[in-house]
Amino acid sequence: MAEQTVFAGIHDQGGVEPERAVVRDALAVGVAVGLSGFAFGVTSAGSGLSLPQTCALSLLVFTGASQFALVGALAAGGNPFTAAAGAFFLGVRNAFYGLRLSQLLALPRAVRPFAAQWVIDETTVVALAQPSRRAARIGFTVTGLSLYLLWNLTTLLGALGAEAIGDTEAWGLDAAGPAVFLALLAPMLKTSRERAVAGGAVLLGLGLLPVLPAGVPVLAAAAAAPLVLWAEGRRRSGDRQTGDCPGGPQRRLDGPEYGPQNDSKGGPVNDAQRDQHGPQGEAR
Amino acid sequence: MNVWIAIAVTAVGCYAVKLIGLLVPEGVLERPLVQRLAALLPVALLAALTAQQTFADGRALVLDARAAGVAAAAVALLLRAPFLLVVAAAVAVTAGVRAITG
Repeated sequence: MAEQTVFAGIHDQGGVEPERAVVRDALAVGVAVGLSGFAFGVTSAGSGLSLPQTCALSLLVFTGASQFALVGALAAGGNPFTAAAGAFFLGVRNAFYGLRLSQLLALPRAVRPFAAQWVIDETTVVALAQPSRRAARIGFTVTGLSLYLLWNLTTLLGALGAEAIGDTEAWGLDAAGPAVFLALLAPMLKTSRERAVAGGAVLLGLGLLPVLPAGVPVLAAAAAAPLVLWAEGRRRSGDRQTGDCPGGPQRRLDGPEYGPQNDSKGGPVNDAQRDQHGPQGEAR
Repeated sequence: MNVWIAIAVTAVGCYAVKLIGLLVPEGVLERPLVQRLAALLPVALLAALTAQQTFADGRALVLDARAAGVAAAAVALLLRAPFLLVVAAAVAVTAGVRAITG
């Protein structure tokens, strides 16, 4: 999310001007991201969901990554509960956004159930970038409203469009889903810790695909997160005790997680995949 | 019917976590370990989803036009292209490779 830096310089003037700036920034984010509802509508329809089902997802779920994950899992033949579980875990981050927003916006309790549906990446980014509570409330509301309206409208148009053109695969539209995930993932890969988690999750997700029922490998891949944290913790306590940790010298270069993480994964990952792990780690 | 069940479960679950964030008292979710896990969980899920939707055909792994499309998206991301352009690049390259290779 590059918006935060874009906003940084705009709000120093004081008075009415910054409020106009908040609205302008919020609308820019709402419109830009709202347009990507096309991609969701097309992907969902291409995955075999009906028009009402596609629109219900955007109206009721309204958190993009979860929606893409759900239709992807259903298209792959996952059962409804494993598919929903993957979408749910992706939505859990919104709880942490809500926590920060509730301090920032200080909404009355009666308003919170209504504001909750708009607690997503974009509204959080815009609200957090504001210099005052009033500006944060305006930013949250304008981003939420414009994004909600446009996301649902473009979902509908995307789904209608996909039905009109028929074979979405011939148009390459099945690549929209993974491209969206990659675009959401890229800004999160800031440190070697995130990269280790992503690399581990890719290996688990692909490696387990042939052996577990549809939808389950993604959930299993989520284990990469606690595994990396655990490996970090173990390494840190090892450092405190002795200085003879294997692989010490090259650690700082390679990203320390790769070694310990490999060991900790053990069982479910076969040898061929483990061999791939090294080069991939270095490439990142 | 299965699809509607999945939609209902997802909608209720996703709304609930959004609301919980606004309602729980400070401190409950503020433990460092919980915060770190919450930040890393989407990383793991998004990475696995990207890989699967690029290389999976049912339960088999394949290398087809989608890989070229997602690679194009990665290049677009490295060039700091806007979100919609990233997705458009993936779609266009995938369609192009399919058209060429039949």
